[in-house]
Amino acid sequence: MHQMHGTGETGAVQPAIELRGIDKRFGAVHANKEIDLKVDKGTIHGIVGENGAGKSTLMSILYGFYQADGGTIHVDGKLCDIKGSEDAIAAGIGMVHQHFMLVETFSVLENVILGVEGGAVLRDGVDKARVELERLEREYSLDIDPDAIVGDLSVGLQQRVEILKALYRGAEILILDEPTGVLTPQEADHLFRILATLKEQGKTVVLITHKLREIMAATDNVSVMRQGAMVADRKTAQTSPEELSELMVGRRVLLRLEKGEANPAATVLHVNNLCVDNAQGVRKVKNASFTVRAGEIVGIAGVSGNGQSELLEALGGIRSASEGSVLLNDQDVTPGKGVDAAELRKRGVAHVPEDRHRMAMVTGFTAKEAAILGYEDDPAYNKGILLDWNAISKATANMMSEFDVRPDDPDLKAANFSGGNQQKLVLAREIMRDPELLLVGQPTRGVDIGAIEFIHKRIVAMRDAGKAVLLVSVELDEIMSLADRILVMCDGVIIGEVSAAEANERILGLMMAGVDPNQAKAAEGQA
Amino acid sequence: MEIFQIGVLLLDATLRTSTPLILAALAGIFSERSGTINLALEGMMLGGAFSAATIAFYTGNPWIGLLAAIATTIGLSLIHGFACITQRGNQVVSGMAINILMSGLTALVGIALFAQGGKTPALDKASRFQPITLPGAEAVRDVPILGPIYFELLSGHNVLVYIAFFAVPAAWWVMYRTRFGLRLRAVGENPGAVDTAGISVVLMRYRAVVCSGVLVGMSGAYLSTAQGASFLQDMTAGKGYIALAAMVFGKWRPFPALFACLLFGFLDAAATRLQGVILPGIGEVPVQLVQALPYVLTVILLAGFIGRATPPKALGRAYVKER
Repeated sequence: MHQMHGTGETGAVQPAIELRGIDKRFGAVHANKEIDLKVDKGTIHGIVGENGAGKSTLMSILYGFYQADGGTIHVDGKLCDIKGSEDAIAAGIGMVHQHFMLVETFSVLENVILGVEGGAVLRDGVDKARVELERLEREYSLDIDPDAIVGDLSVGLQQRVEILKALYRGAEILILDEPTGVLTPQEADHLFRILATLKEQGKTVVLITHKLREIMAATDNVSVMRQGAMVADRKTAQTSPEELSELMVGRRVLLRLEKGEANPAATVLHVNNLCVDNAQGVRKVKNASFTVRAGEIVGIAGVSGNGQSELLEALGGIRSASEGSVLLNDQDVTPGKGVDAAELRKRGVAHVPEDRHRMAMVTGFTAKEAAILGYEDDPAYNKGILLDWNAISKATANMMSEFDVRPDDPDLKAANFSGGNQQKLVLAREIMRDPELLLVGQPTRGVDIGAIEFIHKRIVAMRDAGKAVLLVSVELDEIMSLADRILVMCDGVIIGEVSAAEANERILGLMMAGVDPNQAKAAEGQA
Repeated sequence: MEIFQIGVLLLDATLRTSTPLILAALAGIFSERSGTINLALEGMMLGGAFSAATIAFYTGNPWIGLLAAIATTIGLSLIHGFACITQRGNQVVSGMAINILMSGLTALVGIALFAQGGKTPALDKASRFQPITLPGAEAVRDVPILGPIYFELLSGHNVLVYIAFFAVPAAWWVMYRTRFGLRLRAVGENPGAVDTAGISVVLMRYRAVVCSGVLVGMSGAYLSTAQGASFLQDMTAGKGYIALAAMVFGKWRPFPALFACLLFGFLDAAATRLQGVILPGIGEVPVQLVQALPYVLTVILLAGFIGRATPPKALGRAYVKER
């Protein structure tokens, strides 16, 4: 029935991919529940869902990384038994993984031919491969030097190598898993142009993402997954971001954060010509100067790896400053000179680090242990030389109810909470100390939409309570909806500042690529 | 002329002392380029040396001894591979376990078989690899300069020495010019790339450790049936570790590793030659100091002078498909 309905509606002969009743469990986790999916030939098909909805698992099954427990895969109408990646490749399926599967020390050409070398001795295949690669590059306008070493290429170019790899293997169906996570908006636009070219050439593209903007901009059809089940199929033209987010979460979600005007008061944080070096002695932050006032949220945008992390870690007291100074309420707190993370906490700086698992909590700890990390010498948590577990349990329960952490069990292992609930617990730990300054990095990385909404509201509430907030995020949407002022970093330098009112993706994207803010704004004016 | 003679003899000795290092270092390169740390070279060399000497003694044929050595080291490599690749165990621990095991096991079996305190019986001429005189060597022997170089330095080594030096370009060719080499290097850098290309990571790594076994087996056989005439307890005396140092020093590449091996071999040869020699201004060089030189140099070189040696990225990490 379902099939007939599909065929009648699209008029297509055969769907490129059809999944019937795909089921997969990992122990107690039911990752994919009887999934049916149909992807029409020559279309761009989006799959959206929250983190952990089962999108990646489903695609890994299609690409032969995992075996489904039940169900069948049909490619071009033919039943396919996909036992490993080689079967998927043979069936014409190519995949661009979220974390690139490239050998960084190899050249582009070597990466492309790996696995399809065309003979036991490389020389036999390489010349043919070079010709074929040049043809593909022309056909899909994927400019790239075949002899460049992949490790030297930018992330955007590395992604092109991944696409070329799939095309070189004769892929008719290309799956992209969260392809824009590491790209600037301009690079992402370029990627979507490439995908459009692929579609024109008759290829089928499956795009997995959690960014609704990309779904709306690039796809023909979209399927929504929630908690391991496929909950809806829509034509992109006939749906809206609001409907999709509601389908993803299962209830209505506010996409645009509602917040009032900021009322900035006295300067809380004053950073002067701060320079920070990494462990290898490479200067990661170069002469950063800015202020954060009470009652405002200052956002730092930038492509991941441009010095934001080091800046945040320095301000949190984890990394020493090489040059420059930091003032907190006019007192010198330059990190490194007797000022460490513990000292900063005493002075009212709360820090939610970027990497939850590496820095913010110990996943092997119970929730109540995680909830006092960094504050374990607080007299309220101690009785003599022993920890006062009753008080700690009570405090943790309080944090959990205040921040809606589920399940609200202080004795549950931190690892057993979902990403969103872990993050809420970390935020509760830091925010409920009532700090003067909140440093927060990637507050919603790996967090589902429902929890994002909650976390954003709490950060705005901090601001409205007259606290200073410094936010570092690589998600432009997040920066634009939260921050009152936005600083953009590129290659360790603060390129410039944009107010929330004048910020948009284009300007920020240009600045993230290192374009002078005035030029960026001028370019915007012309466009 | 005197100094020239000494120089030629010293280099001649260098070739002989560096041969086992070259074979073992290449063995290390094959294993580690595929992502498996191979600290077991020392123990495998010992096992190979013991098997070669024992089988050559029973059969009277060094070639059968060599095959036995290779079979032994392939077996040990598969054990190491099973622990590291299949069971995803700690690769350093597995390597050290093999070293300790072989140190004890060779002595134990040696005593059980021959009751000579862990030694194997001395091999007669026919049971050892004999020097090969290259064509025309006798004829040019008396030609000045070139004569000694050809006759003393290049000619008159046993076949394993020539194999070792031939193995270096061969290993380079396999590593950089063949499909097998491309995949082997890839699996040591990013096994995910190999897996998604539809190639078995596990199989690739096993093939690499087997290559490693073949090479280190020859190195063991060289010690007991070519350079020496019997197996002695712990006769490798750290050569496996020196070979590893040469591999790191050579940044996991065949030709640079060859030069590192030659350097270590030269120091070893010089140490032997310098014993009891009175140097002007210094006096008699203490034997112990000279013997310690290769090791001291290894430490110094590894500590600071090799620059940035970037090991294969996935070295030491078992491959697990990520969720």
